Formats: sequence, C-alpha cells, structure tokens
Amino acid sequence: MEAWRKNRFAFFVTLLPPGLWLAVFFIAPLSLLWVFSFGVKSGITQIELAWTLTNYARALDPLYLGIMLKSLWIAGVTTLICLVVGLPVALVISFASRRVQPWLLLLIILPFWTNLLIRTYALIAVLRGNGHVNSVLEWLWEIGDGVLGVLGLGEFHLLGTGFTPLALLYNDMAVVIGLVYVHLPFMILPLYVALDRLDRSLIEASLDLGAGHVRTFFSIIVPLALPGIASGVIITFIPALGAYLTPELLGGTDSQMIANVIERQFKSANDWPFGSALSFLLMYITFFGLAVRSLVARRSSSEGGK
Amino acid sequence: MERNKGISGLLRALSRRQFMQGAAAVGISITAMPKFAAAAAEKLVNFYTWDTYIGETTLADFTKATGIEVKMDLYGDNDELFAKLRSGNPGYDVIVPSGNWVSRMAQAGMLEPLDHSLIPNIKHIVPRFMGNVGFDPGRKYSLPYMWGTIGVGYRKSKFAEPPTSWKWLYDSDKYSGRLALMSESDVLLGMALKYLGYSLNTTDDKQLAEAEALIIKQKPHIKAFAEDNGQDLLASGEVDLVMEWNGDIAQLMAEDDDIGYVVPDEGGLLWEDTLAIPKGAPHLANAHALINFIHDPDVNVGIATTVQFATPNQSALAKMDKAYTGNTAIFAPEAVLSKSETLSYLGEDVITKRQEACTRIFAA
Repeated sequence: MEAWRKNRFAFFVTLLPPGLWLAVFFIAPLSLLWVFSFGVKSGITQIELAWTLTNYARALDPLYLGIMLKSLWIAGVTTLICLVVGLPVALVISFASRRVQPWLLLLIILPFWTNLLIRTYALIAVLRGNGHVNSVLEWLWEIGDGVLGVLGLGEFHLLGTGFTPLALLYNDMAVVIGLVYVHLPFMILPLYVALDRLDRSLIEASLDLGAGHVRTFFSIIVPLALPGIASGVIITFIPALGAYLTPELLGGTDSQMIANVIERQFKSANDWPFGSALSFLLMYITFFGLAVRSLVARRSSSEGGK
Repeated sequence: MERNKGISGLLRALSRRQFMQGAAAVGISITAMPKFAAAAAEKLVNFYTWDTYIGETTLADFTKATGIEVKMDLYGDNDELFAKLRSGNPGYDVIVPSGNWVSRMAQAGMLEPLDHSLIPNIKHIVPRFMGNVGFDPGRKYSLPYMWGTIGVGYRKSKFAEPPTSWKWLYDSDKYSGRLALMSESDVLLGMALKYLGYSLNTTDDKQLAEAEALIIKQKPHIKAFAEDNGQDLLASGEVDLVMEWNGDIAQLMAEDDDIGYVVPDEGGLLWEDTLAIPKGAPHLANAHALINFIHDPDVNVGIATTVQFATPNQSALAKMDKAYTGNTAIFAPEAVLSKSETLSYLGEDVITKRQEACTRIFAA
C-alpha cells in the first residue's frame, strides 16, 4: 500500500501521462464550460463573462425542471428494469461451469462490438409498424383467425376484423426498451463480479438451515451483492440520464430528454452559456448519485468487515 | 437539411451529432482541424459541403481543367457548419450555407466578400436570384447553388386527392397517427405560421404563440417530429403524410411510384443553398475559380442531373431534359412558389424564442 512513499519518482513518472491527459482533455474544457455557464451571449459568436446566475435561474424554470424530472424518471425505470432482468442473468452466469462462463460473458459484451447508432437503427427495424415484432404477431393472428374460420367461428371476428400493428415505436416505452437494451451489459457485468466472489458456502448454509430459495435470494445473495448492485445502478443510471440518441431516434412527440435540450442549445439555439448551465445541472445530479453510491459502499464495507 | 441518399449519409450526420453530444457532456468543443497549408500559390482548394451534393465527376473535372486539387469535407446540417467556423476558419475555402445562414454568418463577420469579376459565369444565373435577395442584398457574400421547397410527401394510394393544405398536418385528426412533422424549429413553426396566414418570418410574439398552441393541440395526432428522416418514415409505411425537403421526397419518388409531393396552397418554405467563401480562406483565387466552374453550364448540367435539385443556372436549365424540368417535386408550380417565402435571419433573440417554443412543444 505505502510503496509509493518509498519510490516517489517512479510514482510521479507513472502518474504524469494520465494526469496530463485528464488536465488537458477533461479539466480544462470542463472549466471552460463551467465559466461559460456564468456568461451571457453578447453577439452571434461572442460570450461575455458576466458572472451571472441567470442561466441557472432559467434552467430551474418549470419547463426545464419538468424535462429533467422526466429524464430522471425514464433513467430510473430503465435502471430498475436492467436490475430486475440483469440480476438473474448475472446469477446464472456466476453459477455456470467455468468452461461456459467466458462464452456467456462474451454474449453479454458482444453488442458493444457494433456501433450504438447501428444498433438503434436495427431496433427501429424490429419495432416499427411493419417491423419484425409486428410481422410475427400478424402471422400469429392470421393462423388464429384461420383456425377460428375452420371451426366455423369466422363470421364472429373474435380476433378483430383485421390485424392492428402494435405501436411499439415513437413513444416513451420505445425509449425505455432502447435504453434497457443498450445499458443491460453495464448492469450485468458488475453484478456478475459481485456474485462471482460470493462465498458459496453461505448459500449452502442458508439452504441447510431451512431457508427457502426465495428467502436465501433476498436475505443472503442480495445483501452480499449490494456493492455490485450499487455499482451497476450507478453506471446504468448516469449514462441513461444523459441519453441522447435513443430518445431522438426511438422517442415520440414528447420523449425529449434533457440531453436533447442541451444539444439544441449548443447547435441550433447557439446558446452555449445556457447549454453549459444545463450540462452542469445534470452533472451536479450525477455527483449526488456518486456520493450516495460511496455512502452505500462505505456502509456495506463496514458491515462486511466487522 | 438532409441531402443524403438513404441511410449512409444519415448515419454520418447522426454520428457527428452524437459526437457533439459527447463534446457537450464532457465540455469540449474540439474542432478537428485538418492541417491546411496556407500557401497562396498552392494548387489546392478546400471544399466543405453536404453529402451527395455535387456531380459525379465535377471535382475531378475541375482538377483536370485547372490543375487545382480539391479536398472535400462533409457536414450534416447548417448548425454543424456554423459550429465548425464559429471560433475561426480551420482552413476551408468554399462552403455551402443555406440563405438565412448567409446573413447570420455575414453579420458575425464570418464570410469573405465575393469578387464578382472573378466569376464570369454569373451571367448564366437566373436574374431573379441575383436581384434584391433578402438574405444577401447585391449578392455580396454568396451565389445561389441549388434551391427548392418544403412541402408534403404523401402515399398516393391513401389519398383520393393530393393533400394540398397544411391543414391535414396541423389542424385535423383525419390522418391521426399517420403523419410526421419536422423537428427543426424554423420549419415546424414556420409552416404552422403559413397555415395561420402569417409570414414564416414573423417576429410577432402573439402569432408565434398561436402557432405553438396549434401544434400542441395537434400533438396527439402526430406520430413523430422527424429530425431529418421523414422520407424513411414515409417509405417504410410508418406514416402516410410527412413534411419534408423536396429533394428527399424526389429521391423517394424515383424508387416508389406511390409517393407524391405537393407544396400546399398556403405556400411553403423556399430554400436556397449558396456558394460562399468563409473569412480567412487560404486559397481565395482558387475558391473563386471553383465557384465559377460550378456555374459553367455544362458542369452545372452534370451537378443538377446527379443531385436532382433545382439549379438556378438558366443556361444549364435549357440543356436539361423534360424529366427534370417537368418534375413538380423539383420545380413546384409558380402559383405556390409565389406564396412561399425564404427564411430570413431574424436575430439571436428570435432564434432563442423559437427554440424555447419548440422545447415547450416537445415537452407538452
């Protein structure tokens, strides 16, 4: 742990490249935006540093707060679904044989090999009115209707007079589906890491001592996996909150999220100060989430280390 | 504005937008500056334009004729062009901004005045484009490149009569869930203003509020506010009625006989893309030479044939075939053209107001 004290030179030499990288490409531009967020637009391309809070005041307008809340809601639902779906998957992977495990993990990571944009377009082809989901449903409908016709019930139109495609695209549900699809691996991987390290004898002990599978799951596995759950929730929730492409391509007429508004400030509205203020508001929310996460982690580690 | 054929251009446009989002989130505005040498005598011109918006051999022919090499770079929309030049010209010589952007960029001191004496082919341009043009009086900074309209693309088999009013998009539940509007603020609000009988360049807050209320009331019937993929929605049968740039529908009509295009009787938006030289262009003479070459009638025929937009070059027009000059998706009838308007640059405050109106519409 304390080895760096003994060899400071090596320590600083190793630290220098990433430190410089962070300073130049992360801290410097971020500071610039932070300064912008207190500025006012004074011309077509000029920003005057007025050190004013008007941008933040405007960002707290009910209009933008509403959009922020909606983004939090969509990101929250996405995270919850990812957790509910991801936990069993992670459990299965961690209990799979060592030979199968790498392949299962590969399947989880596989979608990352394709660009997000391409995957989103693929999802459009799956979900749209005459897309793959609806054509399968239509096929099933035709079979059902045919069977009813054979049974002499055709004239009653028990399944409706024609197949109506489900509206799967261009609404909030499509956005959530898209976000879950994109973010599920972010949830599964930390959960897998947490569950894989879990001491199996504890589960066996629980089962031996008479707890059922459900109780063992909620009283033993979930508490022990809590740090993994917290990591998974955070790294799913934060990018989902800033989602931009998914609501833009899959969303309906009211599916805009805060990142779409921010993008418009930097492009079509040409209002960088306001866009910066909105970005920082989003970032403060993110910091808050991280603070909560470290609290959870500290609590669980103090419990675990007793 | 999208000039792309199919998905590849769209992908490019979107991935750039995606990059902008990344930049916004991390707080960087990296302008990936190509390393352009600034030597004046260099046989090079840096051309920054839209995708699939030039003739197949135009640039190669230019190099053959003049010995000047052309380096082409592409952008997806005017916002992107503006963002790139905002903090200084990274080395571009010729750009293709839309009309209202010409006045915005000129006011911001981002454009170089054109030397008309270096562009003798100006004489081929239809006089109407050279007179008192609202966004660029006297054509000080720009020359017309291509022009067109915004209107309604529709699936013919679903309509007994062509949808010749904006009413069907903005004020009717007849095609509920079967229609899409464009999300670009000037167009979305502008066509609502046309329907209400106002100018699309209005700065009257009351008229703007009326347009906003109209769209919010219509929202339950609108399938999507399309970014620039309205033609895809129409092609895939997702909607039957869509507001779009004429060229995008014209390209679709070439593949699908069941698609029609009409500019509603209330008039629509008359757009014009221009050729301009950004301030600080390193190869001024070459830039003028390229603009002049583009307006050579024979060269222009090649461009118009490829891009299928309306050329303002009358000598080229005279050489085009009937399939082009008679295509109503390229040349809207004079009756609706006279009621259509070009977009003006109305100042930053108006842009902010219109953007906020759109944010309210999308949030409603």
